[in-house]
Amino acid sequence: MIAFNKYYNKFNILSISLVIVSLFLLTFKGLNFGIDFKGGTLIELRSTDSKINISSLRDNLNQMNLGDVSVKNFGNENDFLIKFENNENKNIIEEIKKHLEKSFSNNFDFRRVENVGPKVSAELLKSGIIAISVALALMLIYIWIRFEWQFSLGAILALFHDVIVTLGLFSLLGLEINLSIIAAVLTIVGYSMNDTVVIFDRVRENLRKYSDIKIYELTNISINETLSRTLITSITTLLALLSIFFFGGEILKGFSLAMVFGVVFGTYSSIYIANTVLVRLKVSQKTVLKDDKD
Amino acid sequence: MLYFSKLRIFLISLVSLFFIIVASSNLFRFDNNLLDKKINLGLDLQGGSYLLLEIDNSPVVEQKLQNLTVTIRTYFKEKNIKLSNLKLLDKTLSFSVDNQFKQLILDEFTDENSSINPYYPTFKTHQLDIEEVNNVFNVNFSRQGIINLKTSSQDQALEIVRRRIDEIGTNEPNILKRGNDRILVELPGLDDPMRVKTLLGKTANLTFRFVTNTNEDSFGTEKLKYEESDEEANVSKRIILSGDNLLDAQPRMNSETNETVVSFTLDRVGAKRFGKATSKGIGKQLAIVLDGKIISAPVIRDTIASGSGQISGGFTFQSATDLALLLRSGALPAPLNIIEERTVGPDLGKDSIRAGIIALIIGFILVIVFILMKYKIFGIITNLTLIINLFLLVGILTIFEATLTLPGIAGIILTVGMAVDANVLIFERIKEELRNEKNNLIAFDSGYTKSRTAILDANITTLLAAIILFFMGSGPIKGFSLTLGVGIFTTLFSVYFIARLLTVLYVSKNKDKEGLIK
Repeated sequence: MIAFNKYYNKFNILSISLVIVSLFLLTFKGLNFGIDFKGGTLIELRSTDSKINISSLRDNLNQMNLGDVSVKNFGNENDFLIKFENNENKNIIEEIKKHLEKSFSNNFDFRRVENVGPKVSAELLKSGIIAISVALALMLIYIWIRFEWQFSLGAILALFHDVIVTLGLFSLLGLEINLSIIAAVLTIVGYSMNDTVVIFDRVRENLRKYSDIKIYELTNISINETLSRTLITSITTLLALLSIFFFGGEILKGFSLAMVFGVVFGTYSSIYIANTVLVRLKVSQKTVLKDDKD
Repeated sequence: MLYFSKLRIFLISLVSLFFIIVASSNLFRFDNNLLDKKINLGLDLQGGSYLLLEIDNSPVVEQKLQNLTVTIRTYFKEKNIKLSNLKLLDKTLSFSVDNQFKQLILDEFTDENSSINPYYPTFKTHQLDIEEVNNVFNVNFSRQGIINLKTSSQDQALEIVRRRIDEIGTNEPNILKRGNDRILVELPGLDDPMRVKTLLGKTANLTFRFVTNTNEDSFGTEKLKYEESDEEANVSKRIILSGDNLLDAQPRMNSETNETVVSFTLDRVGAKRFGKATSKGIGKQLAIVLDGKIISAPVIRDTIASGSGQISGGFTFQSATDLALLLRSGALPAPLNIIEERTVGPDLGKDSIRAGIIALIIGFILVIVFILMKYKIFGIITNLTLIINLFLLVGILTIFEATLTLPGIAGIILTVGMAVDANVLIFERIKEELRNEKNNLIAFDSGYTKSRTAILDANITTLLAAIILFFMGSGPIKGFSLTLGVGIFTTLFSVYFIARLLTVLYVSKNKDKEGLIK
């Protein structure tokens, strides 16, 4: 049996610091919003000409007064991702195409074009925030129905921890937040909850089974009893996600990376946050017995 | 828990077989409509264009208020009430009356069966709001009035958009209303939406009006620019003919001038008016105005009574074709703005499908190998279940002809990774039970029973997340929530029926074997 409980305090301090650092990053550095949430234009360009590279593309586009243009490689050296902020010109895509044709003739192809107006991006951001809030609220209601309040608090704190730290990591690494990241965050919420509930189920079962073991020990027993399941599920999920990350193409990279972070944090938090809340709230056999009488 | 009747075994096999066949049918083509069900590919996988259009209703509101000034003036004139200072300013219609008529005006506007201010019987609110400030009445659209106006302009715009897109002839376009002032257009297989965007961006409001040199026109005049140059002309506001009077328009080659023109045919009313105007106005310039710009302003040489004519204006064959198309399909009630556009080329779509399938296969193999190493015999059962689960998932998507997107493929791969969870929960529980229980059958039975709540909990939480995403998300993300959500149901089915059946068959044959599961 691994003594997880020996490290409760240390990891609590670590988690609190991580959350504080994340909140700090989110406040001061902010998130790198993609065009879905910030508005603007994105062009994925594939070249068949070695003359086309980041600097030649940037020079060309800078002649067009597009404002702040970002040009990056996308996956391999023939693919580029061009992004710039909202532009009033309705024919801008066509004009860029014509402008680039002057320098590079027909040796490129626009593989993807996305253009999100300011109104739509504001709405998408709003509905993304609503979606995550509703998800958290529903999880709260669900866990509140299923368990005693101490458990609910533990699960919700674990959930907030996972979402905040994942977003903090995205802020730190400057990774782009787009619609698929919202999907990833929601899935993380589901996954983290799932992991926590499985351990909690066992804690509650053990509280009824052993009348003389303190919660500090009891959580450790429960974590150990469910440990192989926790690990196997995390591993198979991670295997699937890493496969998406490495082979699923550039478009899914951000999504799968966010999910990988989320699964790791979710597994960690169900052990080290959810359970320590039970310990700190001094959950005892009485907590669940009282419930049984009702 | 561990007993399966022959009927149940038969039914489970039947269901599994059915979905395996349905899922495989995606690879073949059937002539029969009932059999030929396929998963639709989303725009991100097959390539295509997604356009979100917003109707700019402010000119419509202005126009309707303009029309109202006339209606209101006539209405009260018939009642012998003189309105003074009737004008439209800042999108508000205002007028004043003699003191003695004030109450009467208010009564006319607030009467439940008012004919000047309708809607009350249907909506319990009037079309117009009226208020009196310092002896001046201000009239404006009520909230319901604006809503009705928006809905009707959306209906009209939708029809015109549909006609224009049908004329271009793209395959299976999807044109839908969004809210009360937006239209969503999905055009599969279209990798360069430039032409569509240009065509949808034009209101195509066509008018024929005389060019005047004086400013003394009873209808007023305005200065308009030419389409092709910066020159301006003074054009009367009196409309001789509008696009509504057109029956048909076609691009033609004028054999005399060797120029591409758009020839048009007018309806009876239009032909009559055109004949009258051209006979009176010989020697004058008739401006052909499209969306506030003069295409051309030919000098009338002869009366045109035939009801047909030509528009020339330095067209290429393409631009003449497009103008003819716009004129045929009619004018939009208000300008449309493209507020969101997402276009994926067919190449990228194919690459995404390939990448998605490779990721699925590799993810699948990794999970299968890992589970096989971990659980041996029971690993085979889990893996077999996983394969059937995949067929069930694809089968259900096929039956409903659901749309598969790239994030949707990611949802399938994720389902593969998470689906083993339920089996793992059960097997780990059985292992624990076997520590205290020597009888294999009892241990397996209680393993299934005791893990049930945890499995349900785990799946309900994921399902909640998927449901929220389905209702909040758009396009590709919806595809993700769909596969993830359907995946939960197929997982539960395959774990509780297929995996359990296989487990039961194996365990009952090896009841007395020790260390059955490790």
